[in-house]
Amino acid sequence: MSNASDVLQVSLWRGGAEGGFKTYEVPLRPNQTILDIVTWVQRNLDATLSYRFACRVGMCGSCAMMVNGHPRWTCRTHVAKVAQKGVVEIAPLANMPIIKDLAADMRQFFDKWVVAHGAFAGSKTRADEIELIKPAEPARVAVDAAIECINCGICYAACDTVRWNPEYLGPAALNRAWSLNNDVRDADHAGRLAAVSADGGCHNCHSHQSCQAHCPQSLNPTRSIAGLKRLSTQAYLRGDLKP
Amino acid sequence: MSVTRRTYRYNILWNAALIHRLSGIGLVVFLPLHFLVLGLAIESAGKLDSFLQLAQMPVVKLAEFALVFLLVVHLLGGARLLALELLPWLDGQKLLAVGAASVAALVAIIFLIRVL
Ligand code: SF4
Ligand code: SF4
Ligand code: FES
Repeated sequence: MSNASDVLQVSLWRGGAEGGFKTYEVPLRPNQTILDIVTWVQRNLDATLSYRFACRVGMCGSCAMMVNGHPRWTCRTHVAKVAQKGVVEIAPLANMPIIKDLAADMRQFFDKWVVAHGAFAGSKTRADEIELIKPAEPARVAVDAAIECINCGICYAACDTVRWNPEYLGPAALNRAWSLNNDVRDADHAGRLAAVSADGGCHNCHSHQSCQAHCPQSLNPTRSIAGLKRLSTQAYLRGDLKP
Repeated sequence: MSVTRRTYRYNILWNAALIHRLSGIGLVVFLPLHFLVLGLAIESAGKLDSFLQLAQMPVVKLAEFALVFLLVVHLLGGARLLALELLPWLDGQKLLAVGAASVAALVAIIFLIRVL
């Protein structure tokens, strides 16, 4: 590390909720990702550093962390794009309890998917005919726009409503509910709409679109949540949904 | 517990929500004053007149300018949110929010020029 411009100053969160940032010097390499930096520190400077990743190619959604204040998928985030004057600050995902170092506890995030009826409710058996769904049908188009979620929790970490209201289901779970309520094969539309219209549901969203601005899959949870608000209002006006 | 700077807040729509909330509070604070003045008119014309004299002061005019801004920005911002929640999704929400604030500023400035 002879030349200062070849070295990155990397601050990593160490410890639990009461921990703090510790700074490390990491050699700068071409095409380096944030995950590469974290791995380099763990392999070369401190083997006790805890963090989470699996696929390294933007498929599994397990490597998200806060990078210079923004939630990002670290395996696909290039250092060159986010370093500020050779300085990078990496912390565990916001709006979740810290387990240790860079690993956040995602249980609440996934539990809320269950509260939002995030599981597909099949209505047919394997003996039934396959449902024919035309790709151009409006409901199918709405599903297409919302299904590529990799459960990374980035939108959840970017959402201030989650921070203000611990009951709020958050962008990812609501986006999932929207895609299922546009799936004609699903048998739980009414139950799911009631679940996401209750306290902590879609009506809590402030439409900040921070979720959309950060989603690595370019999804727009705000649009999905606005769709749920519409369905919810229509159901209320029809008398199908009681406040 | 905050372990990191929340830089993602520097987002136009986050600030649009903030302005909507603050302008709403501003209008709520203004309303009782407004009714108080209306009450003066019922009570006695003299009192109202002396109050309206007060309204000629530049600082009051500036306050009225701010009020017009709050009113228009809350009206247009609210219309944007209603459209977002009740009508099919429209891309370009940032542009709409900036447009709402700009129109509000313009209307307030025109108002100020006319009363000065
Ligand atoms: S648009 Fe809604 S879900 Fe997305 S960040 Fe804002 S409040 Fe959260
Ligand atoms: S909606 Fe986007 S940001 Fe949120 S969990 Fe899914 S992929 Fe991640
Ligand atoms: S490690 Fe799988 S998405 Fe980053």
